[in-house]
Amino acid sequence: MLYIKTVGAIFFRFTYGLTLYDGIYFCLRVHRSAGGSSVALLPFWRQCWQSAAEMIHSLFLINPTGDVFLEKHWKSVISRSVCDYFFEAREKAVTPENVAPVLQTPHHYLISIYRGKLFFLSVVQTEVSPLFVIEFLHRVADTFQDYFGECSETIINDNMVVVYELLEEMLDNGFPLATESSVLKELIKPPNILRSVVNTLTGGSNVGSSLPTSHLSTIPWRRNGVKYTHNEAYFDVIEEIDAIVDKSGMTVFAEIQGVVEACVRLSGMPDLTLSFVNPRLLDDVSFHPCVRFKRWESERVLSFIPPDGNFTLMTYHVSSQNLVSIPVYVKQNISFFDSGSSGRMDITVGPKQTMGKTVEGLSVTIHMPKSVLTVDLTATQGNYTYDLTAKVLVWDIGKLNPQKLPTLQGSLSIQAGVPKPVENPSLNIDLKIEQLAISGIKVSRLDLFGEKYKTFKGVKYVTKAGNFQVRT
Amino acid sequence: MTDSKYFTTTKKGEIFELKAELNSDKKEKKKEAVKKVIASMTVGKDVSALFPDVVNCMQTDNLELKKLVYLYLMNYAKSQPDMAIMAVNTFVKDCEDPNPLIRALAVRTMGCIRVDKITEYLCEPLRKCLKDEDPYVRKTAAVCVAKLHDINAQLVEDQGFLDTLKDLISDSNPMVVANAVAALSEIAESHPNSNLLDLNPQTINKLLTALNECTEWGQIFILDCLANYTPRDDRESQSICERVTPRLSHANSAVVLSAVKVLMKFMEMLPKDLDYYGTLLKKLAPPLVTLLSAEPELQYVALRNINLIVQRRPEILKHEMKVFFVKYNDPIYVKLEKLDIMIRLASQANIAQVLAELKEYATEVDVDFVRKAVRAIGRCAIKVEQSAERCVSTLLDLIQTKVNYVVQEAIVVIKDIFRKYPNKYESVIATLCENLDSLDEPEARAAMIWIVGEYAERIDNADELLESFLEGFHDESTQVQLQLLTAIVKLFLKKPTETQELVQQVLSLATQDSDNPDLRDRGYIYWRLLSTDPVAAKEVVLAEKPLISEETDLIEPTLLEELICHIGTLASVYHKPPSAFVEGSRGVQHKRLPATANSPDASSAAAVADAPPAVIPSQGDLLGDLLNLDLTPTTTGPTPAVSTGIQMGAMDLLGGGLDSLTMIDSVWVQVWVPAMKAKGLEISGTFARRAGVIQMEMTLSNKAMSVMTDFAIQFNRNSFGLAPAGPLQVLIPLSPNQSIEVTLPLNTVGPVMKMDPLSNLQVAVKNNIDVFYFSCQYPISILFVEDGKMERQVFLATWKDIPNENESQFQIKDCHLNAASSKLQGSNIFTIAKRTVDGQDMLYQSMKLSNGIWVLAELRVQAGNPNYTVTCLLWVQNT
Repeated sequence: MLYIKTVGAIFFRFTYGLTLYDGIYFCLRVHRSAGGSSVALLPFWRQCWQSAAEMIHSLFLINPTGDVFLEKHWKSVISRSVCDYFFEAREKAVTPENVAPVLQTPHHYLISIYRGKLFFLSVVQTEVSPLFVIEFLHRVADTFQDYFGECSETIINDNMVVVYELLEEMLDNGFPLATESSVLKELIKPPNILRSVVNTLTGGSNVGSSLPTSHLSTIPWRRNGVKYTHNEAYFDVIEEIDAIVDKSGMTVFAEIQGVVEACVRLSGMPDLTLSFVNPRLLDDVSFHPCVRFKRWESERVLSFIPPDGNFTLMTYHVSSQNLVSIPVYVKQNISFFDSGSSGRMDITVGPKQTMGKTVEGLSVTIHMPKSVLTVDLTATQGNYTYDLTAKVLVWDIGKLNPQKLPTLQGSLSIQAGVPKPVENPSLNIDLKIEQLAISGIKVSRLDLFGEKYKTFKGVKYVTKAGNFQVRT
Repeated sequence: MTDSKYFTTTKKGEIFELKAELNSDKKEKKKEAVKKVIASMTVGKDVSALFPDVVNCMQTDNLELKKLVYLYLMNYAKSQPDMAIMAVNTFVKDCEDPNPLIRALAVRTMGCIRVDKITEYLCEPLRKCLKDEDPYVRKTAAVCVAKLHDINAQLVEDQGFLDTLKDLISDSNPMVVANAVAALSEIAESHPNSNLLDLNPQTINKLLTALNECTEWGQIFILDCLANYTPRDDRESQSICERVTPRLSHANSAVVLSAVKVLMKFMEMLPKDLDYYGTLLKKLAPPLVTLLSAEPELQYVALRNINLIVQRRPEILKHEMKVFFVKYNDPIYVKLEKLDIMIRLASQANIAQVLAELKEYATEVDVDFVRKAVRAIGRCAIKVEQSAERCVSTLLDLIQTKVNYVVQEAIVVIKDIFRKYPNKYESVIATLCENLDSLDEPEARAAMIWIVGEYAERIDNADELLESFLEGFHDESTQVQLQLLTAIVKLFLKKPTETQELVQQVLSLATQDSDNPDLRDRGYIYWRLLSTDPVAAKEVVLAEKPLISEETDLIEPTLLEELICHIGTLASVYHKPPSAFVEGSRGVQHKRLPATANSPDASSAAAVADAPPAVIPSQGDLLGDLLNLDLTPTTTGPTPAVSTGIQMGAMDLLGGGLDSLTMIDSVWVQVWVPAMKAKGLEISGTFARRAGVIQMEMTLSNKAMSVMTDFAIQFNRNSFGLAPAGPLQVLIPLSPNQSIEVTLPLNTVGPVMKMDPLSNLQVAVKNNIDVFYFSCQYPISILFVEDGKMERQVFLATWKDIPNENESQFQIKDCHLNAASSKLQGSNIFTIAKRTVDGQDMLYQSMKLSNGIWVLAELRVQAGNPNYTVTCLLWVQNT
């Protein structure tokens, strides 16, 4: 059966719909313009006419080679051909990281995130909050990570049914249903070898049969009846320095992204209070929902009933207005000669403000101009590798010895006949300093209320380089 | 053991095998089979043929198996509606299960089965579940109403589910409240005119309470819903803001941005001098900065929104320039957005830093980014005048790099700098000319040609340069051709002797050898101008050009306002109103920011302008109107107020105190059209009668970023036939931030139509941007003509003749009459006689309206009493 009917005529655009077989419309669009008429035949699904108002319509998981290996539709099925628009954008972008997260197609919006070499691509049809969708997609990826230990194509394929059950449990008609790990784990048990053996023997199931206790309480992040023989609460204060340092060693921009990761294994319903020596440093904070905001506003302490297990208690941000210490300096000289196809490079790294601690895990990554063919360098400490295709030089230094500063020097050879590179290579520094929070933040004490048992407590500090860039 | 085993196939055919397994007696085998079916489904295989077999597995105590079957049903019920009916009984039974998890699961799944026949059976179980004792079931049922509404809206309304849903907003459980709000919002979206989410202070209070306790997603729904509410006054606005601000510290960025939306909107209502206003501004900056340390995808959305926020309220982030500095490994889409915001935040205070950064970016690898960075330098020069010189020298440095695309971009922006600061940086032209040969992009070529043409008198070899372009005239793009044509004509007008041949050549190329109509037209115009009147040609072609505006890419104010109301949505990412691009958005309502506490409510002006035209009244009606509507003081209250000042309608001039009559100019000047309603054009003004001529005295202010020209004005038909006596005299273009005062003489011979209120005047003002409508009220005194002084005898006779129904009496309070008589005369209200009876002073007055209606008045003053009694009589002179 093939029949044509006029669906609508808006200004210069006439749209005809032809029903080819049940469910699919082909849409014929005739554009009338001064330059003549153009006709486009666009297939799309009938659902497009119906305007569904849900948030996330469908989810596609796409692997690095560009294949859809999982699709989940919360309402009606949308053909995976909708992903073609995404693939087109993917092709245009040089690297997968550069694909714009929000894409517009004639009938849908594609909102995607890139996690662990996979694209999580969601299809939405109506006006939604893209942040909502992006946050949700990250939550899905986090959940996979949490359940399976990693978030890769293999592991998702290996746990397809659990994945599908999880997705169904996380979203209902586009509304997030249960995204808290504690709730999900009661609804759907995470796979482990022991359980799958037991299940096979006893015919048991990995689906919880009762309503999670925490699902509707005002503390959905914690379940009832948690019990441990050893009660412990550990906190990691991790700070990352984001900085841009210019040629002359001046700090153009620096800030600290801090996060307090917690690992709390306490029985019952513990009520914790974490206080800092110098809470004034924290003027820009975001909390896990468990933190009581009022207490923070009035007393500058973190008061909370913790989720069970690992979670991020707080992230904070020490802005560029406060002085940010830069732990290392880099003396560099990279130059290309006008005559002959070569250049020289000379890099030295030394300690700057390390508060008396040792800088470890030091490495320097340099993105070379495209025309740099090979490098011939000598490092006084550590090893270097040069990726010929990506033009990335990585110098792995290790521990920084203030008495004997590591240097890397030698020559660069450039493709012959090409003008000398104009762009300046940029250096990225990676480092780690144990037992130091570079902002100076310090936990003063942790108090436990509501439960009466002995608790092992501990706080660890570590400073890392986040996005630490030195310009040349 | 992993699920990948479910994908293995056998020779006999997968479907066949599965069918056998699904019908197996062993529970375990059944479950494994269903799992295999689901696994096939997830990768997009069609396993719908197994429908009856899978449905048979539905009646089971095993929850996992039940869930899996439900999953399958949701996917395929649509294609097998008759089979799906088989499942209904199980659903209904499950809705009564003692386990709330199963009840919720059943109602949830039923809602996802989009089969009309099934929805009928869904109603009863749904009604029960909406009132279930377990909040988990209620919350699931709330969402189910939205699903059902999407399938069959009529059914939902008939069954009264919407009311039940509204009741759930008052539920004791915050999660139920959040879901009810979400469901109602979704339903309301498809019915823009339904008053589903009837927000009042009580419901708002409930929502704010639930906000603190529900999940992060629920918080987003509630915040988005709150954003649609318009608080009654600034105090309510402040108290809502206070309760929303803690959300700014939430870990979920979508919550943060939704809270920002609510705050940005409600902040509009707070008076700027309030302490809290400043506090709120300070509180907004840190969360926005924090969003920039999130994942790049979140950063992108955040940046698009910050772009809007800095346009609306630059003060929030003015000290945070550095966080927008581009990092080497930012994705390109983040880099470009950051660059845009850097320009918006650029000011004299931070321009040095910004320029240093931009120069750094101009040496990066990514071509698109480098181009944009170079362009940004030009925008800085235009935006911050003090930096122009430094920007130009930076651009010259970049041109020295000889990197082709950098040079081309630099030339394009230098052209803009020339247009902003003419005759200031011409010294660089020589450097630019050196790079003439390397330009291969049309935009850069056109820019260069423009520069050569514009400064032809200072470039010795301008003719040679332009001639060299002329050689390949037909291969150039239209942009370059047009520019070349104009440039050569300019050159000719400046150096007529040497370039006659050249101009002949280009004119013939443009008019005879080209098939581009634009080019031909322009060619002919120049040709005729030059051949008929070279002096006029000079005036036209070499006319002084308006300076280019500061920022051409600013979002137009009304759109910006609407987008601020949509922070965090797709609209804010695309910077387009939601109605413009969302498919199936049925009649999206345009949202507007609430008006500031003390500013006139301009939106009602628009409403008045939209009012349907009334029937032209007969003379008698008009008379009655003047009497009943306007002469009686009681009607002054409820007249539809256009703005507070104009409330004193027609005859209120008497009720409002006599001083107002003569102080019209200073008191009655008011803003008729605020800039944000008219794309940057602000119109304020007043009416006056000067030397017998009615005048509309207006001030037009250009608050937009571009020049306004082509002003014109028109009136709608009105009660007294007011019409412009001449065109609106705005001869020079109105530059940004410039104001002009215009006096428009009016006559009263225009078409008549009765307006309500009587002195309402609907005006349309047009300029090159758009047409704007507003309505205003004029003081009726402007209509009192100079020959309104009646002969005493006539007055007496008339006074007696006028029937009683044309009489009206009212009191004026607190008035000082000493100078009244002369003041009144200034307004063409003439005192005919004065007498004293029983210690009362009586003043008799006459006035005549432009349409021939006489008004006779008697003013009675009790000595020592500041209150007067006025008796007014209307008389229509037969003409």
